[in-house]
Amino acid sequence: MDLYHTLIVLLESTIRVSVPLILAALAGLFTERAGVFDIGLEGKMLGAAFAAGAVAGVTQSAFLGLGAGVLVSIALSLVHGYASITQRGNQIVSGVAINFVVAGATVILGEAWFRQGGRTPALSETGRFQVINLPFADAVREVPILGPIYSNILSGQFALTYLAFAMVPFSWWVLYRTRFGLRLRAVGENPAAVDTAGISVIWLRYRAVICCGILCGLAGAYLSLAMTAGFVKGMTAGKGYIALAALIFAKWRPVPVMFACLLFGFLDAFAIRMQGTPLPVIGQVPVQLMQALPYILTVILLAGFIGKATPPKAGGIPYVKER
Amino acid sequence: MHGTAIELKGIEKSFGSVRANRNINLAVQKGTIHGIIGENGAGKSTLMSILYGFYQADSGEILVDGKPVTIRDTNAAIGHGIGMVHQHFMLVENFTVLENIMLGAEDSQILNTSISKARAELKRLEREYALEVNPDALIEDLPVGLQQRVEILKSLYRKADILILDEPTGVLTPPEADHLFRILGRLRDEGKTVILITHKLREIMAITDNVSVMRRGEMVATRKTSETSVEELAELMVGRRVLLRVDKTPAVPGAVKMTVANLTVRDSRGVTMVDNVSLTLRAGEIVGIAGVAGNGQSELLEAMSGIRKAASGTVSLNGSTVDVTGVADPAELRKRGLAHVPEDRHHVGLVLKFEESENFILGYHRDQRYLNGPFLNVDAIRKDAADKISQYDIRPADTRLKTANFSGGNQQKIVLAREMERNPDVLIIGQPTRGVDVGAIEFIHRRIVEMRDAGKAVLLVSVELDEIRALSDRILVMFAGRVVGERSSDATEQELGLLMAGVEADQSPKERTAP
Amino acid sequence: MSNPYAKLPGWAEYGLIPLINLIVAFLVAGLVVLLVGENPLNAAYHMINGAFGRGEYIGFTLYYATTFIFTGLSVAVAFHAGLFNIGSEGQAYIGGIGVALACLWLDRIAPWYVVFPLAILGSAFFGALWAFLPGWLQARRGSHIVITTIMFNFIASSVMIYLLTRVLKPMGSMAPQTRTFAEGGQLPKLDWLLSIFGMNIGTAPFNISFLLALLAAFGVWVLIWRTRFGYEMRTMGHSPGAARYAGISEARITIIVMMLSGALAGMMALNPIMGEQFRMQLDFVQGAGFVGIAVALMGRSHPAGIIPAAILFGMLYQGGAEIAFEMPAISRDMIVIIQGLVILFAGALENMFRPAISRLLARRRSSSLAPQPQNSGA
Repeated sequence: MDLYHTLIVLLESTIRVSVPLILAALAGLFTERAGVFDIGLEGKMLGAAFAAGAVAGVTQSAFLGLGAGVLVSIALSLVHGYASITQRGNQIVSGVAINFVVAGATVILGEAWFRQGGRTPALSETGRFQVINLPFADAVREVPILGPIYSNILSGQFALTYLAFAMVPFSWWVLYRTRFGLRLRAVGENPAAVDTAGISVIWLRYRAVICCGILCGLAGAYLSLAMTAGFVKGMTAGKGYIALAALIFAKWRPVPVMFACLLFGFLDAFAIRMQGTPLPVIGQVPVQLMQALPYILTVILLAGFIGKATPPKAGGIPYVKER
Repeated sequence: MHGTAIELKGIEKSFGSVRANRNINLAVQKGTIHGIIGENGAGKSTLMSILYGFYQADSGEILVDGKPVTIRDTNAAIGHGIGMVHQHFMLVENFTVLENIMLGAEDSQILNTSISKARAELKRLEREYALEVNPDALIEDLPVGLQQRVEILKSLYRKADILILDEPTGVLTPPEADHLFRILGRLRDEGKTVILITHKLREIMAITDNVSVMRRGEMVATRKTSETSVEELAELMVGRRVLLRVDKTPAVPGAVKMTVANLTVRDSRGVTMVDNVSLTLRAGEIVGIAGVAGNGQSELLEAMSGIRKAASGTVSLNGSTVDVTGVADPAELRKRGLAHVPEDRHHVGLVLKFEESENFILGYHRDQRYLNGPFLNVDAIRKDAADKISQYDIRPADTRLKTANFSGGNQQKIVLAREMERNPDVLIIGQPTRGVDVGAIEFIHRRIVEMRDAGKAVLLVSVELDEIRALSDRILVMFAGRVVGERSSDATEQELGLLMAGVEADQSPKERTAP
Repeated sequence: MSNPYAKLPGWAEYGLIPLINLIVAFLVAGLVVLLVGENPLNAAYHMINGAFGRGEYIGFTLYYATTFIFTGLSVAVAFHAGLFNIGSEGQAYIGGIGVALACLWLDRIAPWYVVFPLAILGSAFFGALWAFLPGWLQARRGSHIVITTIMFNFIASSVMIYLLTRVLKPMGSMAPQTRTFAEGGQLPKLDWLLSIFGMNIGTAPFNISFLLALLAAFGVWVLIWRTRFGYEMRTMGHSPGAARYAGISEARITIIVMMLSGALAGMMALNPIMGEQFRMQLDFVQGAGFVGIAVALMGRSHPAGIIPAAILFGMLYQGGAEIAFEMPAISRDMIVIIQGLVILFAGALENMFRPAISRLLARRRSSSLAPQPQNSGA
């Protein structure tokens, strides 16, 4: 039973760490399927986490914080959009730039405004999101096997967690079952076809970029308002890049994105949980190996040893009307 | 079916200092097929792009169905019932036919209802115009002819009454082209108006009701097709009566310089592009390869020059065999006396961002005379460039100017100077005069003949049949990846045309045209 | 179609436009300073004073510049072959292993001039090794180099944490770092160089690896514009089709260029490890690999542009420390913002001001041509 208990705890923390990954990876899905590569997920998430933490810290309202996080993230997305869509700049360079600006600005502004070593003020009960307990969660906790699954995994999560998982089928539906999704996927493959069909490539890509901003904003707000109570400097700690890796690992498809994020989240949770504990058969695994595993797996995938990841054809290339 | 579908009045369009369209007036009658013919760069595509809302005219008026309209963007053009089939298809390759047809013309935010409506509408269009295609097939799995059909369906689905086709047969095999013409005829019979842009006189004569001729940005004439002739149109197109003639003496073929035996080339998808081709090049002769673009000529050139790996077959150069199926190596072939003027000078033959002098060593940069050990001998390179510039009269004569700033003709001369002045044994040339001004054409043709007279073996690939006929001593015709016939230089245009169309010599033309 | 990015004269292309981009980046940074409630002009004064006010400050500025020359060159070399190496950070980190091994092995028995060449080779070797895999994966398996190099940065970080906490750490020590090197593992300072100009280097770790960086810059210039290999890599960078036509192996160039890029990044490790800290510490690279991206973009991938750009960033790092001291509200993270803004304006938005500038120049030229058409040299 002890092993089962460990497993439940592990799954519980897997979900906690996976949520921002899922939201950020879905964010990347929207822009990259529209042909705008985005390695600035990290920066947008960090900016959103800071804005959410700062506003919630001042107002003690989690919802105002969430709104601020989303707005900041959208603003950063628009900068990326302006550079890569309107100015036809290099999308990688733009993403790198945003990551740096945000990494510096969150520390400088946080320190200047709050003077708590880069933290935002501690959040009260109303300032952060609370977990939602589903009916009978306590009552069934002792039921063997299914009880803990219900009480600890299905129940007792943040609203944003449920939202993140709901976003997976929703994103699929938007991409594959709506007009917007059809056009978005088309513009990532052949923008000229979209243009000659009388649809504005620029506006379509901007909308995709805004979708990315919203989702990154949710991911950031989750970090500072749900997972922890307040913003800590550099709190994304590479999660944006892990999300990017998950997106590639999932070959730019929504449902596999969720599984890739859960896998990477599990590795993370496992690494923390198992630190120093020898495993059966393999013995003690250095925690660093566990931490590097998502990146290693993505490289192996990119090398084509486990399937082939083909990015959207027009990805990374600014659209120039030509004749 | 009376009245004008489209009327253009005084259309002007300039790009920088280039006047692409000058005071264009044109009236297209409803329910007709109207051809617009002109040489490359005559301004046909610009004019049609203005009509389709891709560009805005600087001045002038557009009337659709007699009413003046402003076409600010593609959407407006579609709204006025104008559809366009582009030379390069505007299709999303990993979408289905149905998705491509719907794209931009979905009738609700949610796709489900749009899909079923589109499917029904597609069925109706298929029946009405005999345009059958599987709606659920992926575009990337369809042959080119069917992809073009999807483009036409896309326009019809948008309720286009006026259909513009830009060089539609460039990518088609002759049977596919015939089929296209039948479709266009049918569309006209159903009351649609078709505008056909082409530079092929044969097509104009075969299918159009009226024809307008463009020359250097101007609309020089409009004729009823039945009342004009190929000769008249050709003269109108070029402006003066020029018969492409190159002065040359009969060839004196010498020793075999290069042989290609049973060469087969496949593309990245595994489709056979060159099918078991064999040919021999002798010193002192020009062998021309005629064919409609896309019948394997490009791939043949690439395999022969080592750029592309062949699937099977052998090539021997100057008596020794070259492994073209393994590691294809252009450098090795160059060393053994092969020079290659590639078809695409912008992406293959030149590095446009290089200084001119640097392009004179492209491919020969391992040559000791340009090097000091591992270092470039910049003085030698610039000196060599200056020599070639004066020899080939390349303008402007500036070795350090970026290559992108030269005109098409001068760029082509850079490539020719580089390849010809190597004194190769074999010279293979693709599309020597594509996008080159008239003055340079003459010069280039003369140089090619001089190479032959100097005892080189020359292989010439061109989609311009006139060029092939004027220069070649022997003509091979390629169709669907195979060499389908060999003719002497005095073969008639008609004879070659049939071969290019894939019709066996013993078959009569009547059998082909019968539906 | 008229070229939207019409050709500009060289001084505008390589001087004016980067300068304007830089100014805009600094103006935006000034806004951040305002937001923090400080005076941007004061900040600028402290920055410049802190970077150049004394010999010691200049020593620090050039010390940082040394690091950025290496990483800037690393990114630039890859740019010329059309490759975007975001992995300089990780390559520099791994390059540290080579430096540390050479020092740990010989520092007690050999003088610095014996250890230094070995450390150079070691750093270049390990840096190249770390870049080889992404290069190979791009060349042979078509894996996108931007993504693989990002991944390799993270993997490098894990590898180094593992090595420094378990392998290279001396017995009994708690800190994740190697032991401090003896004299053989310490590079001489360039105090004499500054004293020529009558300046005192003070405690600044400005050391001989600066000269190596200048040498490397010259070497890169020769490599790119004066060697056969450089010709081949530029051909590939501009036109893969032309490279194939010329018989240039794309795979070979990709792998070699990535290894060169990695070697240059790796050599960066010499400066902090042998020049300042005299041991290898956790995270000694401190983002210098990413600064290299900004430096390469600023310097237009030309060594003659990279050196001033590196000095500019050296100024930011050193002067930024001074600002942090004088204006506590502005920590050194300000540099990270400026770095990001420079990447944004000199990189992704490099064409933003171009149309306006070429219009302006065209107007000026036509008006200056009109009165004296004979004399104008334009």
